[in-house]
Amino acid sequence: MNKRKLGRGVAVVGAGMSKYGVRTGVSNREMFVEAFKHMMASVDRGVDPKDIEANYVGCCGAWNWESQAGIGKWCTDWAGLVPIPSTTVDNACASASVAIRQGIIGIASGLYDIVLAGGVEKMSTLPTNETTLVLATGADMAWETYAGFTFPGLYATMATAYMNEYGTTSEDLMAVAIKNHDNGVLNPMAQFGQTIRDVMNARIAKAKEKGQPVPSWADEMEFLHDSAFNPVVAWPLKLFDCCPITDGAACVLLVAEEIAKDFTDTPIYIIGTGQASGGALHDRESLTSIPAAQIAARQAYEMAGVSPQDIKIAEVHDCFTIAEVMAISDIGFFKPGKEAATAAAEGKTHRDGVKPINTSGGLKSKGHPVGATGAGMVVEIFEQMKGHAGPRQVPIDANLTLTHNVGAHGTTVVVQIYERR
Amino acid sequence: MDEMPFTAASFDKFCSEKKLMASRCKKCGAIWLPPRPLCLKCKGGDMEWVELKGKGKIVSFTAIGVGAPTMIEAGYDRQHPYCAGVIELEEGCRMNAQIVGVDVEHPENIKIGTPVTVDFLERGSFSLVPAIANVNKTYAIFRAS
Repeated sequence: MNKRKLGRGVAVVGAGMSKYGVRTGVSNREMFVEAFKHMMASVDRGVDPKDIEANYVGCCGAWNWESQAGIGKWCTDWAGLVPIPSTTVDNACASASVAIRQGIIGIASGLYDIVLAGGVEKMSTLPTNETTLVLATGADMAWETYAGFTFPGLYATMATAYMNEYGTTSEDLMAVAIKNHDNGVLNPMAQFGQTIRDVMNARIAKAKEKGQPVPSWADEMEFLHDSAFNPVVAWPLKLFDCCPITDGAACVLLVAEEIAKDFTDTPIYIIGTGQASGGALHDRESLTSIPAAQIAARQAYEMAGVSPQDIKIAEVHDCFTIAEVMAISDIGFFKPGKEAATAAAEGKTHRDGVKPINTSGGLKSKGHPVGATGAGMVVEIFEQMKGHAGPRQVPIDANLTLTHNVGAHGTTVVVQIYERR
Repeated sequence: MDEMPFTAASFDKFCSEKKLMASRCKKCGAIWLPPRPLCLKCKGGDMEWVELKGKGKIVSFTAIGVGAPTMIEAGYDRQHPYCAGVIELEEGCRMNAQIVGVDVEHPENIKIGTPVTVDFLERGSFSLVPAIANVNKTYAIFRAS
């Protein structure tokens, strides 16, 4: 494969997000404005909105969840940016990363110097069973969903294969959820303000208050083993293995490398970008990895000229706990199998571990507004690299980082590498 | 005889006749399930229909407690989960399908590699589009044998 380079360097100089959660009464475009304002405030020396030349907005379900087509245009309008070109991008859960990549390509081509890119998703408007089907439309409706597969079902099938091949346990997966909730509780924009221990203690307090028998869980692990509180969604995945249904928006400001220092002393340069597509489950030789992720990662590493060992922290696509386990081996951080599966349990991916993963709380705890998620990942990377992550700031110098964003169950994957010089 | 078009609709029609059909590349012989109009292996476009024996094994699976609306209407829920998985046919191709005849209440007892045989089942379609939601059609499912 030829080593591809961008025609011109690109940097992130601003990044912001709306509060993630169930945002009743707030629409996609309104959340986008929240993210836009947060982003504008993050640009150290400011940016005049009149200088923004294009907007790329990821979204995958506004047709279903909001009965709105072409949502990107209305986000552009509400952010006060009409008449600049606005493009809505749908690549399922990787929509925002693809939108950002389109922005990068727009700048690298020389067409633009300053581009806004991000994503939105309003998901809480439908009952859970209908949202389950909307999410399943991200998979192959004709040949996967028809078999009865839900979205958790697809990842559960990969989890079954993984556990069968490597002896991975439910406890290994639960450790991922516990870690990401521990991180998310430190993120004021996250959906969940609770660790799993907090959730457990709240249930105990509720039982006491109602005079019901008080459960006697020794720790989070015992709580997560209690099927009354952590029921199976799609075996072997249980409720706490799954990310929530989330409303949210996020966006970043991309600028050409040669003008980046006009906006800040510490631009975050995008030095590697990769994107690949994958087929349906039945067309994959392996169900224990996501081939498109491995290809996208290789492209990004080759463009950046760095190796997995060099990367300090990463935000990866943990829509399910098993997805984080596969992600950290697909991007080359850990060997597939026991090493990847036990990384969270052994503390290696904790904030103070050798490879902090999902310091934001990840999709699991921060939330997963599907069309916005890729941009939300960049927000965390941006804040960690600028030293603005507050109580969740990693103790190491996060000067080289990575995002890994999966569309559907691996039909699109974008991997990008960021450097602070 | 003119070949039926290599479409999902043709596949469904064959299912209604209790036939599990795939497309085969006339040039390189590769068999495609789901049937494809283009051969991914040699990029050839000259295909023919071939009936599969309908025997295979479970590659991987899940037991779904929170199903899509169609499956909820069919009576499945947390107390009555259903098994779905990837099946590899003896001819080497794979498809996704519901799997019956397994201990779905205790999925830890279901083994990867379990032999299965095709069966056919009528059920509503999966769609949010009212006009085509729950229109009955015949699905290929697999039964542990």
